[in-house]
Amino acid sequence: MRKRIRGRHLVFVALVALVGALVAPTVGVSKSSGLPTSIGKGEGALSVVEWAAYTDKSFATKFEKQTGCKITRKDAGSSNEMFNIIHGGGGGGGGQYDLVSASGDASLRLIYAGDVVPVNVKLIPSWKDFLPAFKSPPNNTVKGLHYGISIAWGPNTLIYNTKKVKPAPTSWAAIYDPKYKGLITVPNNPIQMADAALYLQKSQPALGIKDPYELTKPQFDAVVSLLKKQKSLLKRYWVYPADNIKDYTTGDSVIGATWPYQTLSLQGAKVPVKEIIPKEGVTGWSDTWMLTKRAPHPNCAYLWMKYAPTPQVQAKQANVFGETPVNPKACSFMNKIVKGSCAGYHLNAPASYAKSIRFWKTPIADCGWGGRKDCMDIQAWNNAWAGITG
Amino acid sequence: MAIDVAREAGPLREARLRVSAAFWRRPRLKLLALLVPPVAAFVGVYATSLGALLASSFWTSDAFTAQIVHSWSLGQFRTIFSFHDPTYLRIAARTVEIAAAVTVTDALLAFPLAYYMARIATRRQRSLLFVLVLLPLWSSYLVRIYSWTTILSKTGPLNWIVNGLGLPDTHLAYTNWAMWIVFSYVWLPFMVLPIYTAIERVPGSFLEASADLGARGGRTFRSVLLPLVFPGVVAGSIFTFSLTLGDYITPALVGGSSSTLIGSIVAEQSASNLAFAAAFATVPIAVMAVYLAIARRLGAFEAL
Amino acid sequence: METRGTRAGLTVWTVVVVAFLWLPLVVIGLYAFNRSQIQSWPIRGWTFHWFSVAWHDEQARAALWLSVRVGLLATGVALVLGTMAAFAVHRFRFFGRESVSLLFLLPIALPGIITGMALNSAFSFAGVQLTIWTVVIGHATFCVVVVYNNVVARLRRTSPSLIEASMDLGADGWQTFRYVTWPLISTALVAGGLLAFALSFDEVVVTTFTAGGATLPIFILNNLRQGQQLPIVNVIAFVVILLTVIPVWVSQRLTSDGDSPAVTRAAAAAAQSAQLR
Repeated sequence: MRKRIRGRHLVFVALVALVGALVAPTVGVSKSSGLPTSIGKGEGALSVVEWAAYTDKSFATKFEKQTGCKITRKDAGSSNEMFNIIHGGGGGGGGQYDLVSASGDASLRLIYAGDVVPVNVKLIPSWKDFLPAFKSPPNNTVKGLHYGISIAWGPNTLIYNTKKVKPAPTSWAAIYDPKYKGLITVPNNPIQMADAALYLQKSQPALGIKDPYELTKPQFDAVVSLLKKQKSLLKRYWVYPADNIKDYTTGDSVIGATWPYQTLSLQGAKVPVKEIIPKEGVTGWSDTWMLTKRAPHPNCAYLWMKYAPTPQVQAKQANVFGETPVNPKACSFMNKIVKGSCAGYHLNAPASYAKSIRFWKTPIADCGWGGRKDCMDIQAWNNAWAGITG
Repeated sequence: MAIDVAREAGPLREARLRVSAAFWRRPRLKLLALLVPPVAAFVGVYATSLGALLASSFWTSDAFTAQIVHSWSLGQFRTIFSFHDPTYLRIAARTVEIAAAVTVTDALLAFPLAYYMARIATRRQRSLLFVLVLLPLWSSYLVRIYSWTTILSKTGPLNWIVNGLGLPDTHLAYTNWAMWIVFSYVWLPFMVLPIYTAIERVPGSFLEASADLGARGGRTFRSVLLPLVFPGVVAGSIFTFSLTLGDYITPALVGGSSSTLIGSIVAEQSASNLAFAAAFATVPIAVMAVYLAIARRLGAFEAL
Repeated sequence: METRGTRAGLTVWTVVVVAFLWLPLVVIGLYAFNRSQIQSWPIRGWTFHWFSVAWHDEQARAALWLSVRVGLLATGVALVLGTMAAFAVHRFRFFGRESVSLLFLLPIALPGIITGMALNSAFSFAGVQLTIWTVVIGHATFCVVVVYNNVVARLRRTSPSLIEASMDLGADGWQTFRYVTWPLISTALVAGGLLAFALSFDEVVVTTFTAGGATLPIFILNNLRQGQQLPIVNVIAFVVILLTVIPVWVSQRLTSDGDSPAVTRAAAAAAQSAQLR
């Protein structure tokens, strides 16, 4: 710029901007719309934000042929990312996405942020067959309104290369062990701190951790310091399953925290890996297909919500991702695909298994135990994670 | 071709003449007609939303629902500038450090090239070099970054060459070194142009006079050329510096852990914690304001 | 005047740096023809197969079409607003004259993520759904300055007496514009428009925050981050290189009156817009 930009001109511009500041914005709260009473004709397209393989071609192609709803997918690496995608862009999916497969730590945030709307479960015939615990779970049902339908649930597991990691690990301690320096991978996800908290709950009982998602400051600091020590042992933090799979295929990583989907993919490619539920227990996720407020293709969305919980589809999805369905009628179909998988994923005896998994939920200040209200909330978790990884 | 405008007579022309006369008598009116739409559009859409964004850095976002809470506080800035937990200061420092490294690298790479273009190349060579330097700038920014992930990857051309020479694999992919290479690569043309312009403006007679007075190449360069061209270098550095400060795509595609930059945090938090993202975004703005003030003092604005 | 050694050294340096600038583009261009799905070097088989796969990929085609539409619309808006502002600033002196230039410069001087976030919040407050028009608005903010700079530069080189003479000879405002002003600025407008189009076509940051659909750069970015469909991305990258390089080449020919500093300034102003997002 050849002209000299004088001070008074900057003041002029600043004044203008200040006027703008006074006319300032806030995000509005959505109101729930009336529930539809029938599913209309498909719009020809469906756009989803999902965990990897939740609309896998092995069971989605039939849906596309039957309904004509062609699926466009966006994979997310974390619940934060899912929330950002759906809430950003003006909220309600920004007019771009119809469905989101939100886990418990994102689903309630989306509900209270007004980005998703209630669905009419009467339009989903399979819903009445669901396991009781997943019909109206607190993570997607508020004040009797169903903000979506449950899909599946499962654990975050510990994976290791059977040839390179001996003896076989039994505890989460293995991923904090300097023995495997430079060969460990964990997810780049703030909620991962709950896994560390779960480990500390057993290994340092003096901290008094009751709930891995509700930590007081001293408990939180202990978790953060453990994770900071872990950082130097890591190969890297993975964001998407594809990165994670690559690391085990090339041998860059031999042990770490993962989702069952990666383990199944690697085993399918004959990489010698195994996953375990360590003795301290596991965190996990319980996912819901939620309908966004500004869904451009609501009919196709309902058609998918009707299709996904049917027994055959649930069985296929379970064996692709490595998770447990919510429809117990899927059991026989699961055994047809992989013998014994129904019991393998505990669909035949879900109650005690579900109790053993600490499902993802959003950390809030109200501890929910000991009458305390001074626990660290999600912003504190996000800040701490930035401090650990950044 | 002569145009006899009076020949196009008719009521339409009469009306136009009246309008033209009115504008001639009231030049202010013409000014307003020309100026108001673009400026109103800009102020109405851009400036107000920018002002609102900056204002939101003084508010908070609800942790659970991400709604903006209109209570004025300096909380966001306290989080950023906290010495107790200097995460964000560290990230800001890392960003400035990389921006500086990239600026220096690009200046070193660009200077000899610009000198060649200005003083040694023939006219045709100069045109060709212009094209060769500018065209990469116009091919997709994403593609240029992506190409480096391919080149630096374990099975990419760089390792192929290095292995062929008998050396072990470079592990450059997904590191801060990769970011440094990519940033330097992507912003290089921005540095070449202002330096070229500055060198071109130095009269050849100055350099000859310096030689006549007994100075050899190095001395001429240090004492005559460099001081005259320095404003151009600073002008180019404005681009390399500011572009790096706000970028988040490069760290996302080629960075690893410990590659988080200011842009990465701002992008990540923009939906769920807008107040914090806005506050952190003021850091590159403030840094650039200072940088621009210094650059102006050094005469960079005339060199643009 | 430089020693032979210095000359030789500088020539080598120039060649090396130019090669450095072009090699990555060449590598990606080569990968577009790679038969294998895995990106590894050296390339063992060559094929045009991925070109047809990319062409038949509906998402890629939709993204390309959206990018073209957004580019044309944003360029149109930029041409109108930029030219009007350029005329106003060139002809008249008024309070806040330099602020206008600063105002137009802001969208490219500040990081794109700031423009993106600001517009996104504003749209969300106003309850405006994100559609092609919100993207166009976002792109127009940084396209305007490109046209504006080009037109102002051209107007500075024209003599104001031409306009006055035309009026003296009896032409009204419209005729003056049509027969005198327009021929003078038309190439500047075309050049500015081409640069604006190229900028908009390649832009990704502001688009991410204002888009209701996927433009081509967003499609590329989504696939890059998840490591999916890389062969198609390579093909698209190759095509995008061609599609942005050609308008810029043409634009450069239109504004170069053998006058290198003008080329420099026009290109620098436009180029700084490209990544100052």
